[in-house]
Amino acid sequence: MALFDYAPAPESRAAAGDIASTYGHFIDGEFVESTGSEALKTVDPSTEEVLAEFAQGTEADVDRAVAAARKAFTSWSALPGAERGKYLFRIARIIQERSRELAVLESIDNGKPIKETRDVDLPLVAAHFFYYAGWADKLEFAGYGSNPRPVGVAAQVIPWNFPLLMLAWKIAPALATGNTVVLKPAETTPLTALRFAEICRQAGLPKGVVNIITGDGRTGAALTAHPEIDKVAFTGSTEVGRAIARTLAGTTKRLSLELGGKAANIVFDDAPVDQAVEGIVDGIFFNQGHVCCAGSRLLVQESVHDDVMDALKRRMSTLRVGDPLDKNTDIGAINSAAQLARIQELTAAGEAEGAERWSPSCELPSAGYWFAPTVFSNVSATHRIAREEIFGPVLSVLTFRTPEEAVAKANNTPYGLSAGIWTEKGSRILWMASKLRAGVVWSNTFNKFDPTSPFGGYKESGYGREGGRHGLEAYLDV
Amino acid sequence: MSSSSTVSGHLAASGLAEVASSEASLRRFLHGLPGIDAVGLQARAAGLGTRSIKTTAKAYAIDLAISMIDLTTLEGADTPGKVRSLCQKAKNPDPGNPDVPHTAAVCVYPDMVPFAKDALGGAPINVAAVATAFPSGRAGLPVKLADTAEAVAAGADEVDMVIDRGAFLSGRYLEIYELIAEIKKACERPDGTAAHLKVIFETGELVTYDNIRRASWLAMLAGADFIKTSTGKVTVNATPANTLVLMEAVRDFRSATGIQVGVKPAGGIRTTKDAMKYLVMVNEILGDDWLSPDWFRFGASSLLNDLLMQRQKLASGRYSGPDYVTVD
Repeated sequence: MALFDYAPAPESRAAAGDIASTYGHFIDGEFVESTGSEALKTVDPSTEEVLAEFAQGTEADVDRAVAAARKAFTSWSALPGAERGKYLFRIARIIQERSRELAVLESIDNGKPIKETRDVDLPLVAAHFFYYAGWADKLEFAGYGSNPRPVGVAAQVIPWNFPLLMLAWKIAPALATGNTVVLKPAETTPLTALRFAEICRQAGLPKGVVNIITGDGRTGAALTAHPEIDKVAFTGSTEVGRAIARTLAGTTKRLSLELGGKAANIVFDDAPVDQAVEGIVDGIFFNQGHVCCAGSRLLVQESVHDDVMDALKRRMSTLRVGDPLDKNTDIGAINSAAQLARIQELTAAGEAEGAERWSPSCELPSAGYWFAPTVFSNVSATHRIAREEIFGPVLSVLTFRTPEEAVAKANNTPYGLSAGIWTEKGSRILWMASKLRAGVVWSNTFNKFDPTSPFGGYKESGYGREGGRHGLEAYLDV
Repeated sequence: MSSSSTVSGHLAASGLAEVASSEASLRRFLHGLPGIDAVGLQARAAGLGTRSIKTTAKAYAIDLAISMIDLTTLEGADTPGKVRSLCQKAKNPDPGNPDVPHTAAVCVYPDMVPFAKDALGGAPINVAAVATAFPSGRAGLPVKLADTAEAVAAGADEVDMVIDRGAFLSGRYLEIYELIAEIKKACERPDGTAAHLKVIFETGELVTYDNIRRASWLAMLAGADFIKTSTGKVTVNATPANTLVLMEAVRDFRSATGIQVGVKPAGGIRTTKDAMKYLVMVNEILGDDWLSPDWFRFGASSLLNDLLMQRQKLASGRYSGPDYVTVD
């Protein structure tokens, strides 16, 4: 046993507030029951305990929600921007006031550590609402014409990896620009979106401006195919993104997609090694690696490969895996059994194809969905773990010899969401950034987010930008 | 601790013996160390600062922190009476609780060493003396050597020397290397033992983290037993980030040479909460091998009373107040 063993430091589960046993949808300002009878369950992935049942949204539910949003659009879009801004500022402040509650609820429903929901997710959620609240009365200065108009009713479908943050990325710019929304959270993480519905009521948001319907992919398909919507914003897998694009082809509906990634984190021989190791760890183990822009491919210059690997393994040995509500947990639970199976399949393929697998010794809880932080060395570009998105705490390490080779290997993927560069040479950072085909390029850092900064992908990572001034365009008729 | 002959043996075995053979080679080596990204370093230190240390872990850490303190008084107004009082506090920090550990050392100016030795008697508490024209270091080598020799002759167990920051900032690394080596020799006693040498960088005057890393390696190559951030006499003293640089340096130095060197942050650490953050860094950056007063120290004066108050709170469940710990 270590000399200095941290005693359990659990955040209070009760801080999440009351979780109802069953939930319906939030339509036209009211919590309503589904027209159908099918219910889904959401579980705490760290224990597999059922947290609540919620409705599987039907086509009739989608109709009602879209109709409510359509009706609300007329008056909401006619409000002066400053008035819309007031609601958004109010929502942002309530999120801050209730941030502990939301952080705990998010940890329970998602499995991610409280340290991250408390210090990353919730501050960013509030920041997004504050940021777009500020744009609401300044749209004429955003560079999209003197009187930019909203698009109409936005159908928004979000993933389970950052449930409330993805909701904020979708709802804040849509409302600031005068649109109304129907949002569907992921079927494994509906609880914070439903809690957000309460916040909309608390803020006095006019009825129908925000509607939330729950359900799995069938509900999402019904929503994105609905004839009365004007825009679809989707974050999730490339496969589902393709299906949505096919559905919308030939219509006048607008589409923005934020899909998968297989980002390269590139470490040169002159990198600040200790910080690079932190960036590698943040890049792939943040949020259990359930991050579309995760730095899942480490490209390390061959001359420093051994040193970097030694330092990385030493650092990985100090990662604390376990109870998401313990304040000292670094890595929480995998979000679902299905995702765990996907990670297990790909890591098994990595071993079968000859890559060398390593994990620090760490005891995983017996119940729940868990996966130890894992690194594969001796990975070749042909291996599945070098090409396919694993979406888990699994890093694939490849080497390069020259900056040109680093660029070629980094770009050699159908994706293009993000990349990281680690070097003390400023001119190389600028050169690399201009050559990398990725929407976000971080230099000497990784996985840093800010509402003022646009985010989005190249190639199969999607199109459209979220965040910053650029993020307004997706919701303006320009 | 390693004697100087085994140190040179380790350095030779790791290919570092020739590093200080010339100004040019020393400069090439120090400037070839990996750079430090300031934003990333500070983020790492801040991240470790969010660890939540509760109940049994807190009790362990409070006692460990007390046992690691170099209880310090370094004032122009220091008197034998003040030093005696400090020594009593070091021996018996909380008169009502004999199970409170004693501090590691008391830290005083060289002329106060005899009073401290006398007051401590046979207690297992070291006397550390600041030497080499502390805190500025602005004196000639003979003065610094005499300063050190006086402290050692008076019975100092440890010598806390300062480097010449002017020489460092103007790139005269070899001069500092030789200074440290000379002082190391002056720490030797006639019986063949030696006072432990702590080398103070005054990180607040070196300013950049790259400089702090270079100073750390320079001191370790020259034979430092401990490396220490600050004198406590300038605006910026120990911070989690600059202490993290020292920790990474001793970790990497041991990997390279097999020689273990201690770390001492000093100045500005006043609360239990601060001390916990440093101990978390020791735990997660360096591990068990450094979690003892032999390898990690706090240079502090007011920290001790805050640790005692937190210790009382943990034992009794309620806060007492500053009148329930002694003012020395």
